[in-house]
Amino acid sequence: MTARTQTGSKVRKGVGESVPRPDGIPKVTGHFAYASDLYAQDMLWGAARRAPVAHAGVTHLDVAPALAMAGVHAVLTYDDLPAKRFQGQIITDQPVLADGTIRYWGEVVAIVAADDPTTAAEAAQAIEVAYEPLDPLTDVDEALARDEVLRKAVSYRGDREVHGEVVVEATYETATQDQAPLGNEAGIAVPDGAGGVDVYGPTQWTHVDHEQLVDCLGLRPEEVRVHPTGLGGAFGAREDLSLQTHLCLLALRTGRPVRMVFGREESFAAHVKRHAARMYYRHEADRAGNLIRVDAKLLLDGGAYSMTSPAVVANAVGFAVGPYRCPNVFVDGYALRTNNPPSGAMRGFGAVQTGFAVESQMDRVAAELGMDPLEFRLKNAIGPGDVLATTGQLITEPLPTREVIESVRAMPLPDDETSTDARELPGGTGLTTPRSAVVRGVGYAVGFKNLAFSEGFDDYAEARITLTPVGLDIHTAAIEVGQGMVTVLEQIARSVTGIEDVRVIFDDTSQIGSAGSTSASRQTQMSGGAVLKAAEKLRDELFEYFGADALSSEGMWRGSQLVASLPEACLDRDFSAHVRHRHQGSEEPDENGQGNLHVDFAVSAHRAVVDVDPVLGLVRVVKIDTAQDVGFALNPMSVIGQIEGGTMQGIGLAVMEELIVDHGIVRNPNFTDYLLPTFLDAPPIEAVLIEQPSSWGPFGAKGFAELPTISSTPAVVAAIRNATGKALTRVPVRPEDIAL
Amino acid sequence: MNVRLIVNGEVLNAEVTTPISLLKVLRDELHLLGTKDACEQGECGSCSVLLDGDLVCSCLVMAADAHDLPVTTVEGIASDGELHPLQQALIDHGGVQCGFCTPGFVVAGADLLERNPSPTSGEIREALSGNLCRCTGYGGIERAIQSLIEVEER
Ligand code: FES
Ligand code: FES
Repeated sequence: MTARTQTGSKVRKGVGESVPRPDGIPKVTGHFAYASDLYAQDMLWGAARRAPVAHAGVTHLDVAPALAMAGVHAVLTYDDLPAKRFQGQIITDQPVLADGTIRYWGEVVAIVAADDPTTAAEAAQAIEVAYEPLDPLTDVDEALARDEVLRKAVSYRGDREVHGEVVVEATYETATQDQAPLGNEAGIAVPDGAGGVDVYGPTQWTHVDHEQLVDCLGLRPEEVRVHPTGLGGAFGAREDLSLQTHLCLLALRTGRPVRMVFGREESFAAHVKRHAARMYYRHEADRAGNLIRVDAKLLLDGGAYSMTSPAVVANAVGFAVGPYRCPNVFVDGYALRTNNPPSGAMRGFGAVQTGFAVESQMDRVAAELGMDPLEFRLKNAIGPGDVLATTGQLITEPLPTREVIESVRAMPLPDDETSTDARELPGGTGLTTPRSAVVRGVGYAVGFKNLAFSEGFDDYAEARITLTPVGLDIHTAAIEVGQGMVTVLEQIARSVTGIEDVRVIFDDTSQIGSAGSTSASRQTQMSGGAVLKAAEKLRDELFEYFGADALSSEGMWRGSQLVASLPEACLDRDFSAHVRHRHQGSEEPDENGQGNLHVDFAVSAHRAVVDVDPVLGLVRVVKIDTAQDVGFALNPMSVIGQIEGGTMQGIGLAVMEELIVDHGIVRNPNFTDYLLPTFLDAPPIEAVLIEQPSSWGPFGAKGFAELPTISSTPAVVAAIRNATGKALTRVPVRPEDIAL
Repeated sequence: MNVRLIVNGEVLNAEVTTPISLLKVLRDELHLLGTKDACEQGECGSCSVLLDGDLVCSCLVMAADAHDLPVTTVEGIASDGELHPLQQALIDHGGVQCGFCTPGFVVAGADLLERNPSPTSGEIREALSGNLCRCTGYGGIERAIQSLIEVEER
């Protein structure tokens, strides 16, 4: 493979440098356009009528009062849907508008387009709806008993008769976490006057949205164009359609552009969540500290519709044992259908839930053995040449499990805190915990996850690079959600060609083929890989055409002679290179969940230091250190940013973030009651980057941005256990879990 | 009623019929879209502006209460095409990812540095604890501000 090419003299702002983002200036000046900033001439405003119940039959639905209002242009319900009435990126089971039964809180019953936002909201409320309440199914064990299974995924490997002498059994739970990207859902659909439509909205993968929209609108593929737009974060929340179908339906019905902008409460209702999970675990080891057997039953709450649950549960199973050797593994994973809000993708995608459970188990088994928890992990750690315990596949790429553990162990611990500044005490200002009541704890955890798509999915990304008189244009459908892919794509093209002036053009679905999703930590390797190949192809073509042997921002060189400047080359003809880049592929699981299911993996480790007030049950994360397996840091500043941001989301799940869903009703859909970590909750984070180059990532880079979220949660909980001696089998850890 | 605002030095008028927040007037009536709306509850700071010199969440201020007062939004922080040092520092130190929180941090951070050119780490964290960022974990934002603090004070 040509993973490490570099041409000519070193270009400025190439790979390996901390290059600032190209969209930094519009973002700091307030001029960057987000989905909620889009306007169109002659536009109408859309609004949705959402069900306030979790499970009910719709006994009466009358849109006449809304339609009679001045300024209302359209009101649509299930009966108005023009083509396929169900959407979903894996299983199409979500009615585009409620089909007579309400299956979750916030399900959309009807949509409205009106002259202004106030009229649209009032019209939505004027629709008459009556419900006959039904019992909501909200518990995963009950859902399993009733066989409400969206997908069962398994891993069966080894001998069921084999047992270890040391047995540790426990049940773990993770609560529902919301991605809470700061940008709420918003978008606009613009009819093209010829029966087609252009839509701009929150997305992580325009082409998968496009497929579903074409089916649900009853249009030909070329009649629907899905455009990327500025997004205020994603973290999985934009992986499934939220408002795009509704916008298009209203725009096509009225013949006018339609805009929708959600507030925070509606945003909580409109996007998928991280699956709440209940996980039954049994670990067995021999007295020498070898893991002998793991049995687990994983129940993931998929909510009302399937969304990406089938893939999430497969991942939960795949990483249920962690990066550890274990010859006998029996894991049953279920994604279950309930009347809770639909779950889907969130950073870590199933590996967060099992990561919390398995790392907690590793600590318990070590304690039972009387071993140091890190020594126990090191003794069982896998690397290249070992097999993955769940699938039996051979690890062929770098996997520095031992290195991340040893690096984080070697980092200095913070000094004992003596400060009595309330900001540096658990609970912060306003609480009166004396320093003498505070107990310190230290905990470690390891994170483990696949990179890119697994299970035989045809995973590819396209990119096209064209030569311009000033430099290069990279065309891609890959979505920049804020993570910094835009910078990295430019750096790769620069380093391959030696041309400094590079920009990324984010194409709509009609202009280029799919880049796959901005998820699964895959774009650096997939779209980055496509850009690498396209840049090489373009460079080689220029070399051949001009008989050149070097490229730079000035143009094409033969030895020390400039044979053509960039503007001269562009006058000659168009130069452009288009690539569809695939990774080496993966296999579908056999009936035991065995096979080469995954393409590649990454590991991470965290050490958390916490101060706990055991009386009030309050926790302050004092410091968190991490070692991360990144292959090669294409942009170190951006890598650190992903590590810090991902770590904070993991700390959030550990101690504060929980969407409270009571009988299917979300009780805290706002930032007053759904607590996100603030500046004061953010501990200093030190990161060590382990750079063992990947054979297939551009310049050896690996995806990694989900990993920090996976290992930070169990590390923080381990530290709280260390301080309190409590079992703490559920996250987030609440004050009552510590104090009572 | 007519609301007259002096936004970034320019007198602007908006006709409002219902009780409406300063944030809504800025965004929906005056099309100053840099000020962001992420919660409308005073929890996230994305809508931070200076009202008569005071840092406020514009979602919590009624437009009528801002009548005749000077308002500085993120669009007014750069002057004469020159970025404010904090804006440049946020770019250079990785304080910007998705950028949705950034206008709020620019306004609140510039206000902090104006009032206290050499804040301690604790003062930075406390002053900006009303601004949520979901992407950066705050590290890049803190390093951006630290980079502007006079060396002798460190
Ligand atoms: S929008 Fe005003 S504080 Fe969040
Ligand atoms: S950069 Fe995305 S919320 Fe701060």
